[in-house]
Amino acid sequence: MKQESQLQSQHIDWLTLLIYFLFVLAGWINIYAAVYEADHASIFDISQSYGKQLIWIGISAFIALMIMLVDDKFFYAFSYGLYGLMIVLNIAVLFFSKEVKGAHAWFEIGSFRLQPAEFAKFATALTLARYMSHFDFSLKDKKHWWYVAAIIMLPMAVILAQNDTGSALVYCSFIFVLYREGLPGWILFIGLALGIISVLALVVPSNVLIYILIGLALLAVFLLRTSKQGMLLVAAVLITCIGLIKGIDYLFYKLQPHQQQRVNVLLGKEVDLKGAGYNVHQSKIAIGSGGLLGKGFLEGTQTKFNFVPEQSTDFIFCTVGEEYGFVGSSVLIIMFIVLFVRLIVIAERQRNRFNRIYGYCVASILFFHFTINIGMTIGLLPVIGIPLPFFSYGGSSLISFTVLLFILLRLDASRVYQLRGSIY
Amino acid sequence: MIDAASKRVTLYIIFVTIGLIFLLRLFWLQVVDETYVQFARNNVLNEVVVYPARGLVYDRNGQLLIYNDAIYDLMVVPERLKDLDTNSFCDVLGITKEEFIRRFTKIKNSKGYSRYRASVFEKQLTIPVYAAFQEKLFDFPGFYVETRTDRKYVYNNAAHVMGYIGEVTDKIIEQSNGYYRMGDYYGVSGIERSYEDVLRGTRGIKYVLVDVHNRTQGRYKDGLFDTASVAGLNITTTLDHQLQEYGEKLIQNKRGSVVAIEPSTGEILALISNPTYDPNLFIGRERGNNYMRLLRDPQKPLFNRPIAAPYPPGSIFKIIMALIGQKEGVLNENTSYYCGGGYRMGSIKVGCHPHSSPLPLRPGIAVSCNAYFCNVYRSVIDNKRYPNSEAAYRKWREHVMSFGLGQRMGIDLPGEGMGNVPSPEYYDKIYGRYHWKSSTTISLGIGQGELGITPLQMANVTAILANRGYYITPHIVKAIEGTKLNRPEYTKRHYTTVDTGYYGIIVDAMQDVVERGTARVAMMKDIIVCGKTGTAQNPHGKDHSVFFAFAPRDNPKIAIAVVVENAGFGATWAAPIASLMIEKYLTDTITRAWLEERMVKADLIHPKPVTDEAGKSAAKPAH
Repeated sequence: MKQESQLQSQHIDWLTLLIYFLFVLAGWINIYAAVYEADHASIFDISQSYGKQLIWIGISAFIALMIMLVDDKFFYAFSYGLYGLMIVLNIAVLFFSKEVKGAHAWFEIGSFRLQPAEFAKFATALTLARYMSHFDFSLKDKKHWWYVAAIIMLPMAVILAQNDTGSALVYCSFIFVLYREGLPGWILFIGLALGIISVLALVVPSNVLIYILIGLALLAVFLLRTSKQGMLLVAAVLITCIGLIKGIDYLFYKLQPHQQQRVNVLLGKEVDLKGAGYNVHQSKIAIGSGGLLGKGFLEGTQTKFNFVPEQSTDFIFCTVGEEYGFVGSSVLIIMFIVLFVRLIVIAERQRNRFNRIYGYCVASILFFHFTINIGMTIGLLPVIGIPLPFFSYGGSSLISFTVLLFILLRLDASRVYQLRGSIY
Repeated sequence: MIDAASKRVTLYIIFVTIGLIFLLRLFWLQVVDETYVQFARNNVLNEVVVYPARGLVYDRNGQLLIYNDAIYDLMVVPERLKDLDTNSFCDVLGITKEEFIRRFTKIKNSKGYSRYRASVFEKQLTIPVYAAFQEKLFDFPGFYVETRTDRKYVYNNAAHVMGYIGEVTDKIIEQSNGYYRMGDYYGVSGIERSYEDVLRGTRGIKYVLVDVHNRTQGRYKDGLFDTASVAGLNITTTLDHQLQEYGEKLIQNKRGSVVAIEPSTGEILALISNPTYDPNLFIGRERGNNYMRLLRDPQKPLFNRPIAAPYPPGSIFKIIMALIGQKEGVLNENTSYYCGGGYRMGSIKVGCHPHSSPLPLRPGIAVSCNAYFCNVYRSVIDNKRYPNSEAAYRKWREHVMSFGLGQRMGIDLPGEGMGNVPSPEYYDKIYGRYHWKSSTTISLGIGQGELGITPLQMANVTAILANRGYYITPHIVKAIEGTKLNRPEYTKRHYTTVDTGYYGIIVDAMQDVVERGTARVAMMKDIIVCGKTGTAQNPHGKDHSVFFAFAPRDNPKIAIAVVVENAGFGATWAAPIASLMIEKYLTDTITRAWLEERMVKADLIHPKPVTDEAGKSAAKPAH
């Protein structure tokens, strides 16, 4: 028994591990390039963020090793406890923190800062996995529904109270997990569609959008002409969409002019290069000026000379785009997609629900971060400040993502010793 | 399980779709759309102009006249200020704390202020302050000294020739087709202006990378696209500094001009305008104040008299009349005219001083008989060879203008005047056509009336006499960067309409003027000087004292014209100055100290010369 739960190196998923190492290494090098200063040319200079990031990488590696050495049942056993602890920490931070950029999200311990919201992610993922893996759990059960909603919404609400909208939005990503575990497809579809239509409603003139939707509906009606039910569904969807568009229109015009402007800038309808649009504009310049092959290591003038704000954290992708061009950016995007697909593959090969659900949680959280972060830097999505996993500078996020990923790798490594469907 | 598998595929599709959207977007931003490359360049590239050293200026003997001097501006970058000890800082700079605060407020309110960028805290530190500051620079982080160059004039002589440089105006920028930029300096007057293109050199451009706060971060591509600045070319002028300085000393406290030319080349040896000023007043931080002060000075020190001011030439014009008369065949050396204290014709009367009478040409010139040359003028204008006096006058004017009068000769200095030789149309306008004749314009014959001649033109006429019939356009620059200036306009001989053969007797007469005529004061033991005095009447006050001369008589080395305004007889002031300068130039010694002393000490400007010692400073040479 003891031997079975020991780490078996031949069962570690080496592809995921390799991608992790490449990402962390690339992230470190890009942080160095982004904040490079000739006065502090050593990449090991711990007075600079790249030196500090190296410390975080070391700590992360140590924690990763610890996770791999811990008994695989530990995470199941301690999931609720961790969750409770994280909720308490996230409430505590509201009272024991100084305001940083409008948010109460950081504990300051000496010269280091910790962001408990980052650590709440894997705790929530573990708790969700544990609750949903219960043998009589069913999403069709209303009571269970409420519990699931509560598990997700509680940390979200606490983090919103910290004024850290980006981190709170991450919890929306659990919709993918629920979808896999029985949530009907149309809910996911409607969720995504509503998001897309809401954005479109602000970008495209509402009348044009309505005509396009009516056109699409007519096409659908033509294709579904044999099914009365289908035609009714199309009509219902169309009416809902028009209602939504009109509603958003109305809400938009109820906004104050400066709020309208901010929304417009975020959506790219208006260019305000000095104010709200500055970040995205500079980010696009940095990435766009990279060209096909990029400017080369440490040659990225836009990021190096601080034209891009938050260049080592939320906008770290600018450095990749500027110094390694379209080729480098593409490699990064493709590696992320490979990682996501690999994580699903890992999740699906688990023999118990806890492991599988946790695997989906990891994939969903990482995917959400990736989409929002890259989408923001290339001007496709509004500026929502969340880090790019493994790349962005910051100890809290790197450790949190490492823990998130290595718990999955640990669970995966001992999957062969676990009984199919067992729940410890 | 079918459900689970399809859901997995749905998730794969979502992942890959997002990935593809990102790749397409990146392809658009990075590969297709080029505008971001330009935006990026504009962000980080700063053009820094590298100013070349301005060309130096030398005199004909290689004596340095103008060079570039380092000046030190105290700069401050407010963002880098740290723990400034204001008291000690103010002590070093010699300002009060209130002044310190006032300046900082001014800097902060100035246009384009940035706390990351350097602003000028104090322009042009004095050397002691600069030295004191250099020692303590480390105590004042945020401050540093920037070195620039400004012009420095070695001597406070020849201000009008040297000219000065100043900051470009909007108009100059516009005219330069974008060559000059705001804050550039350019030659405003003198050589600085006329040889601006030569002296200024070529600006270089250095591309530097700047960060978001506009702080310099290094060279762009290791200077691959930089262009080096090319220093301006050095100029050797034709001036003889010693002669110039000596002439300025002689003419101090007198209003007037001196122009000395080397006849064989047209090179200007001295060009003096008095009252003058120290050209160094136009550099440094008092530039603006000094300029306004000089502009308001009633003595008009900024006026470049020798090349711009037209004077009635007076009797020296009789020389030209004698030449034209011979050429026109109405005069030869034996032609004698009677003089009874003047010239009378009808109601016209031109007075003359007492002398023996009648006289032929040579003594006529020597005693400068007015009646004689009124007669010459009458015989030229009333010459039966021409259908009417207008035609004769045209011919006369043509002769006069062949001596370079009544026109700009084309000296390489700005502000040259034309002088005036009235056109027949001018008299038509006043008297009506055919209603004027020799008697109407008789005063022209003795260099009065409407005639206006600049001292430069006078000196040029002297050079013509020295050359017996031709001149080379006077010019101020001899060589550029050691290579002799070879511009055709400054090497071509301009012959007068009067043939060389007619000059001999005139030169003889001019020698008589000095040796036994009106200008005996100009006579020297070993040097044969040929000259002519003039006492030009002018409606604004006392007569101008005029003298021109060349020496030695054979193979002349110097031709000189001197005008001293409102000073009386030509022999009293102009002739001694010219004679002393000739001696100085040819022998480098002064044998007549008493004459020199008389000239130097004479003050014709200030009513009480003894009590007005301070007023002299502007005109007093340094050496």
